[in-house]
Formats: sequence, structure tokens, C-alpha cells
Amino acid sequence: MIKYTNYLTTTYGQPEGWKLPAYEKLCHGYDTARKVLTTMTREAVVDEAKKANLRGRGGAGFPMGVKWSFMRPHPTKPAYLVVNADEGEPGTHKDRTIMEKNPHSVVEGCLIACYGIGAHVAYIYVRDELHLAKRRLEEAIAEARARGFVGKTPFGSSYPVEVYVHTGAGAYICGEETSMLNSLEGKRGEPRLKPPFPAQAGSFGCPTTVNNLETIAAVPTMFNLGCDAFSKMSALHDMKDGGVRLFGVNGHVKKPQIIELAVGVTIREMIYDIGGGVLGDKDVLAVIPGGSSTPILRPQETVHAPDEKNPMHPWHGKSVFDVPLGVDTMRGVGTMLGTCCVTVMAEGTDPVLAFQNLMQFYKHESCGQCTPCREGSGWLDRTLKKILAGKASMKELDDLSDIASNIMGNTICAFGEGTAMPAMGFLQKFRPELEAYVRGEKKGKDARLTVSFEASEQAAE
Amino acid sequence: MASSPFSLTQEREQKLTEILGHYPTKMAACIPMLHLCQDQNGWVSEEIIAFVAERLELPTAHVKGVVTFYTLFNQAPVGKHQVWVCRTLPCALRGSGDVLAQCEKKLGIHAGETTADGKVTLRTAECLASCGTAPMMQVDKEYHEDLTAEKVDQILTRLQA
Ligand SMILES: Cc1cc2nc3c(=O)[nH]c(=O)nc-3n(C[C@H](O)[C@H](O)[C@H](O)COP(=O)(O)O)c2cc1C
Ligand code: SF4
Ligand code: FES
Repeated sequence: MIKYTNYLTTTYGQPEGWKLPAYEKLCHGYDTARKVLTTMTREAVVDEAKKANLRGRGGAGFPMGVKWSFMRPHPTKPAYLVVNADEGEPGTHKDRTIMEKNPHSVVEGCLIACYGIGAHVAYIYVRDELHLAKRRLEEAIAEARARGFVGKTPFGSSYPVEVYVHTGAGAYICGEETSMLNSLEGKRGEPRLKPPFPAQAGSFGCPTTVNNLETIAAVPTMFNLGCDAFSKMSALHDMKDGGVRLFGVNGHVKKPQIIELAVGVTIREMIYDIGGGVLGDKDVLAVIPGGSSTPILRPQETVHAPDEKNPMHPWHGKSVFDVPLGVDTMRGVGTMLGTCCVTVMAEGTDPVLAFQNLMQFYKHESCGQCTPCREGSGWLDRTLKKILAGKASMKELDDLSDIASNIMGNTICAFGEGTAMPAMGFLQKFRPELEAYVRGEKKGKDARLTVSFEASEQAAE
Repeated sequence: MASSPFSLTQEREQKLTEILGHYPTKMAACIPMLHLCQDQNGWVSEEIIAFVAERLELPTAHVKGVVTFYTLFNQAPVGKHQVWVCRTLPCALRGSGDVLAQCEKKLGIHAGETTADGKVTLRTAECLASCGTAPMMQVDKEYHEDLTAEKVDQILTRLQA
């Protein structure tokens, strides 16, 4: 069910919507942070946050309030908030819009989150390429500092909070939280073994919470509406997947965009109602539900959950495209919600080329620490190139599944799974297309991944 | 340690002082400082590595390790302008292959190369968080989105001028 909301995106499209006057006029500017910092206790903030049932917007969907509750005051060490704005997962284009169009929601969110977790410093880690986003965030912080919201005594309270923008230098892996912490500390962005978890030893060896930028930007709305009311806006409130969030749709649709909706929208609604339908009114070949690490889904797949106790039972027998996009519902259909930005591929797209395009990405971005990931991602990419060139054997095609399953569970960080899972999805769901290349019935040099330039131009009208 | 021949402009020195105030360690300023240096010099030379290492009291090898890890640090001189065409799937589905081909043809170079006059370096990029306005490319610090053949032509003509 589509329920349009306008909390996170209130300032989008407004004249100078990124500046403080617009935020004050349209979004109760900082009143929520003022109330929280001056009237609530730390414990009360975390208890309230739990009621929002906000599942982390960075991809893994961990409940935000629960994560905050892991933070324990340390007798000697300070605590930190690290806001993840590395936005590098292919197909994800949501956090950037918040930074550019509603940066004050992030700054206000940092104030409340820092107070809740006991931190006095927040670092917003932004990928370096997003120059406009960085500028808008820095300007917003400066405006908030000039008014005394950020600094030594926010709203006259005795709870100092500083917010800084920190930039990366071009590495997808730095979106992984422990890699980000190393990068923040001035090191190579190599992920760390867990435990210790960031709440125990995060940035600079101190207790740290890492949250996605959209997660933090939703905090003022949560506390302004009341966290329970926020949660109940979602159609999946009963599955503890609450609130409103940004949804994205891209690829072969007529109207690619980012839009705010209550949780509970289906893939079909994303394609046809939000995305305006498929380019050239073609059928859908497959979608990637939430970033390239989430396994693809095809429209002919149906939900199998005959047991009434199965949480997926309400959708038993339906197409996976008619299941609401949620953290647990997408797990229930064998994929992941990820970042909630749907990539649509129209009928006629060559799935083998699409597969290889993604494996090239993973090969390029592996940090190289773990052998299965470093070697496996390269091997997947090389073999697919060979398949596309019509030079691979059936044995080599079969090897691809082994390579992928050898990566699973054998690496330091979830990048490994993020590579192996989508690979397994393509291998299972497009076996005939892969075999056609191996048998020489199709030639890579004639294949095209793209709608032509002109076609996408017409579609943009 | 021998004094290094590289130095930052006064304005950037001030910025560095401010940056150092953000962190509990000097090492944390490594990436921001390398950005400051590269902004001034266009690429990260051996002199810059020595300069950063000395200033932040880090082993040279540490700074080198950082520089080689991150793709945005140039380890050799690059063109006056840098063009990155996003090649990842969502952009590819909307014609980034055509954009790249057009750039290569008009500039007369392949991705990864710099034009003979040193004006433009052409590269491919991985997803730049603009998949909803694909195809797209980044030119220096600016994004160009919803590209059409005409737009690409105009942008490149301006860079070549
Ligand atoms: C390879 C990899 C890349 C990731 N990239 C991002 C990213 O760009 N942005 C993000 O918010 N989370 C990313 N994550 C997830 C983070 O590790 C972390 O779970 C998240 O920032 C936590 O925030 P949340 O709980 O608010 O979602 C990535 C994870 C992995 C394994
Ligand atoms: S799984 Fe891959 S990206 Fe993650 S630490 Fe290992 S090599 Fe690096
Ligand atoms: S794929 Fe090009 S911006 Fe995301």
C-alpha cells in the first residue's frame, strides 16, 4: 500500500530548503532537539528510540534503538557517533538527497543521537565525491553553531556536542562500519575483525555507534511525532519494521526517483506507481531490491509459506513483487531489503552482462585482506568475461557456484557475502542464459546492456 | 629529517590547523590533509608524502599505504580536468556505455588516459550515488546528471577550449 508522507523530505524543492530559516519554518527547526536535551534523561531517550522500530537504513536493517542501548558509559573514555554517508552501494542514491536538500535534519539528529548514546562528538563520514553534499552539511553545521545549537551549551544545556564532516577518498569498502572507523582514524580502510564491536571499541578505541545518515536524519521526526506513532505509520509495524523512509527506483523505469513513503510499499508499486512503469512498456526481467549486494528477484517467483505460523504466510502464493518491502519480508523471499532503492531491468536486458558488470565492481572494490574475497571476486569476474567471450567450458560455469560458496562465511567483513549472494542469485535464476553463451549460441560482442541513449532521453520526458 | 620542499598555502595551512582540532589524534588528519595537498598540487608526490608524514608524525610508509589504498589520490600527474564516467549497472542500464564511447571518441583517448595537451583525464567510476539521474558523469568537483549526447558534447567542448 502506498502511503505518501513528507517528514524527511519537507524541505526538498523549497527555496533554499537546505538553510536554517527554511528548516525553522517547515520542520519545527531544532525544537525537538531542544526538548530532548533539556527535558529528557539519556535512558529515556534510548527507551523512546526503541519504540520507533526503526531498522537501520544502511542496509543490514538492525534496530536502531537496540544499537543505541549497547552504548555503556566508560569511566575514562569518551564515546563517539559516526554517521555513515559513504553511500557507495550500487543502485543507492538516497542519502545524498538528504545532505543536499535537508542537511539540518542530520545535524539535529546528531544532537539527539549523541545525547542518547552519551557522545559529545559526531563525525559525519561523507564520500569525497559528494562535494555539494559536504558543502551543504558544513554550512548547516555552521548555521547551527552560530545559533548555539551545536557547541558547548546547546540550548543552554550543559551537554556539549560537536559535529564534524570527515571525508573519504574513494573506496566503497569504507561504507562497512569497521573499515570506516579505520579510515576515520587516518588508516587504510581495511575492515576489522569483530568482536570487539564498535560499541565496545570503535573510533580511537572508544565506544562508538555507527548509524546510516538516513537513520540519523529520521531521529528528529521520530521524537517529534513520538516514536510509537512514528512506528505505526508503517504497514509492517507488527513486524517491528516501523516508520517512514526514503524509497528509490532506478534503471529501466520511466520516472527514476527518490521518494518518502511509509514502510509497506511493494516492488510492483515501486515500478509502476512510483517509477511510472517500465521503459518502452516492456515486461520486467528482474529487479535488484536494494543495492547490488541484494540478490535479484524475478516477477514469476512466488512466495511459498503454506504454514500459518510462517510470518510470510499472508503472501503465500503471491508474486514476490506483491510483498511489501521490509527487512524481514525480503529475507523471507530469499533476498535482502538493503538500502531500499530498487533497480529495474527490463525484458531484453542481457542478464549475463549485468552479472559481469556487478562482479567487475566487486573485484575492483575488494580491500584484499581475505583470500576468498580477493581471489574469488577476481575469479568470478574473469570467468564471466570468458563466458561472454564464448571461451568458457561448462565446468567453468559450474565452478562459479563453488567460488561463490567458498567466499560465504569465510571473510572478515560482509563484503564477501555481498559479493557471493548476488552471484548465487544470478547463477540460479539465469542458468539458461549463461549456458547459451558457453554453448556459443550467443556472442558477447553483439550484446548490449543499455537501452540506447535516445531511448532513455525519450523516457525522461 | 630533511625539510621537505612542499608547503601549503597560508589559507590551506589555516584549514589544516582547524582540521587538526577535530580529532583526538594527529593521524586522523591524514586523509583530509592529503586532500588539501592534492587540491593544491593536482597529485600526491613523494614530497607531499614526506610533508604529511613529518607534519603528522607518521612513518612515511603509513602515509604511502594510505595514498595507495584510496582511488581518489592521484599517484602521478593528471590532466587539468578530470572526467569520471560512472560505469556501474544502474548507469549502464541507462546508456553509460554510450557516454563513455562518446567521450573516448571526442577526446581521442581511452578511459585511463590523458589528452596529449594535458587538458583532460578520462576515467570510469563506480556508482556515484546518482543512479536516479543516470547516466551521469563527474567533471572535477561537479556532477552532470541525466546526460544526453548533446549535454556530453557541450561539456567536453567546454573542457577542451
Ligand atoms: C561492503 C559494505 C558496504 C557498506 N556500505 C554502506 C554505506 O555506504 N552506507 C551505509 O550507511 N552503510 C553501509 N554499510 C553498512 C554498515 O556497515 C553499517 O551496518 C551501517 O552503517 C549501520 O547503520 P544503520 O544501522 O543505521 O543502518 C556497508 C556494509 C558493507 C558490508
Ligand atoms: S571480505 Fe573482502 S572487503 Fe571484507 S575484509 Fe575481506 S577482503 Fe576486505
Ligand atoms: S550506477 Fe552510476 S551513479 Fe549509481
